[in-house]
Amino acid sequence: MKSTTLPSISQTPGRLLPISHLLMHVGRSLLLPLIGILLFLFLWSNTARMVHTSLGTFPGPAQVWEQATNLIAEHRQERQRAHDFIARQEARNAQILAANPQAQVTIRPYTGNPTFVDQIGTSLVTVLSGFILASLIAIPLGILIGLNEWVYAAVNPLIQLFKPVSPLAWLPLVTMVVSAVYVSQDPEFSKSFLTSMFTVLLCCLWPTVINTAVGVANVSKDLLNVSQVLRLGVLTHVFKIIVPASLPLMFTGLRLSLGIAWMVLIAAEMLAQNPGLGKFVWDEFQNGSSSSLGRIMVAVLVIGLIGFLLDRSMLFLQRKVSWDKQAVLR
Amino acid sequence: MNKYLQLSEVSIDFPTPKGRFRALDKVDLNIAQGEFVSLIGHSGCGKSTVLNIVAGLHRATEGGVLLEGREVNAPGPERAVVFQNHSLLPWLTAYENVELAVKQVFKGQKSKAEMREWIIHNLELVHMTHAMDKRPDEISGGMKQRVGIARALAMEPKVLLMDEPFGALDALTRAHLQDSLMDIHADLGNTVIMITHDVDEAVLLSDRIVMMTNGPAATIGEILTIDLERPRKRVALAGDARYNHFRQEVLAFLYERQRKVEDFGAQKKLHETVTPIKVNLAKQG
Repeated sequence: MKSTTLPSISQTPGRLLPISHLLMHVGRSLLLPLIGILLFLFLWSNTARMVHTSLGTFPGPAQVWEQATNLIAEHRQERQRAHDFIARQEARNAQILAANPQAQVTIRPYTGNPTFVDQIGTSLVTVLSGFILASLIAIPLGILIGLNEWVYAAVNPLIQLFKPVSPLAWLPLVTMVVSAVYVSQDPEFSKSFLTSMFTVLLCCLWPTVINTAVGVANVSKDLLNVSQVLRLGVLTHVFKIIVPASLPLMFTGLRLSLGIAWMVLIAAEMLAQNPGLGKFVWDEFQNGSSSSLGRIMVAVLVIGLIGFLLDRSMLFLQRKVSWDKQAVLR
Repeated sequence: MNKYLQLSEVSIDFPTPKGRFRALDKVDLNIAQGEFVSLIGHSGCGKSTVLNIVAGLHRATEGGVLLEGREVNAPGPERAVVFQNHSLLPWLTAYENVELAVKQVFKGQKSKAEMREWIIHNLELVHMTHAMDKRPDEISGGMKQRVGIARALAMEPKVLLMDEPFGALDALTRAHLQDSLMDIHADLGNTVIMITHDVDEAVLLSDRIVMMTNGPAATIGEILTIDLERPRKRVALAGDARYNHFRQEVLAFLYERQRKVEDFGAQKKLHETVTPIKVNLAKQG
């Protein structure tokens, strides 16, 4: 009897342990965030009811959800309209050509209002263009500054000066310069896109420049000695030693820059009335209908979600290229 | 004497807030081709500075270094360095770490296949072919140091400079690597300068032991020639009277003639507690 019961007793803790671990894990990674979100929704819906504005009661979660579905429905309608317009135009042109094969047919693009989804797309394209362009400038500049004390001494005061400048201060200057310089009969890019993008670029350069420079300047002396003993050429030195060694700080800079880029973009779009999520928010504010606050709230949540996803994708990229697999990245 | 590597009157000053600090003073040393020389002395006596000057990583303030009659004034692969903490690039595998050196040194001289063969040959010398696709953080400290030695050997250096190569390793691993190094030195006949703290290591490996005085203005105190026959076996030597005599010589230099007073009173400044002792250059025998 005893010999048969003993193993089962000794097995129980061994079996229970992983299950309790699993529960702990699920609890920490799923349950706690869920509780946090539910608590937030509860507080939101209860306080929102108490806030009365000239545009009606502040929207709670339910109203915001309703507006979110509305916005998607409007987007579908708009797409349908565009589709119908093009179908009609093609049918008409086909008729004309059937009657007279030499006839000149005109093809007009559909000029509807951009929907919420369109604005998201515009904002994403703008922020990524500005960020990528800024990184292409900031990383080489940061490496140069980190490698050479003289360049650092020359450039550092400028960085310190321009780093704290608000995007809104740049905006008028960028707008005027873009209108003056970018004159073209057949513009590849719209001026509003360029204005937003350059404002984003100017504001999100600095974290990458500074962090890259710090990373490069702090590459271990031993590795630099290795490079010297091997007499590595400048390019090999930079690409084989400096860049991999400063990659972690470079990514810290890039993530900060992307965060700033996204925040700056929304502000710039609002102020300059350039297409994008910022303009959507501003337009809704100017509209002042009873649904406006709910729609703005949808935009706020979407802006937050996109910012979060952008940061996560940078983290994913960092994990992909990082050589130090033991580093805890969060 | 064969003057393959010459250090003549090498002195170096470092600038400090309190003025110039003379770290080394008139170091004179001639090393023959194929010779294995150890530098021994208390920490802070400028052993590493001597090595760095030979490597070209530091410039001597006065005097200079000649290798085969040519002045050394920049680092280069013909004076390969094995660093104390291995200094492997953590993002490259053992193979790639050696490859970086081989590609740099033999660019245009060896074909791709020859380079690969040469890299593997050098990894074989240090018995590391089994882990050549591992990154430094995946292998032990002793293995990292082996790869570091393979990287240095792969440059086919005229002089191999080793800065306490086994200092961070446990006693067994260290003994193992010392044996490997003796084999390699017997095979290839490299000229080696090695810094060490370990008296046994110095006596076992060296043809000559250069004993340095304490800083500031450190210089060569005594030079001890170890004329034990090679190959040397550590177990056999442990009972050898001459071996123990050499050991005793080095110990006497380090702990009697150059005894270093450690700083126990933390409030006292370092230079007040380090008492310079007059060097007795008259060597018996």
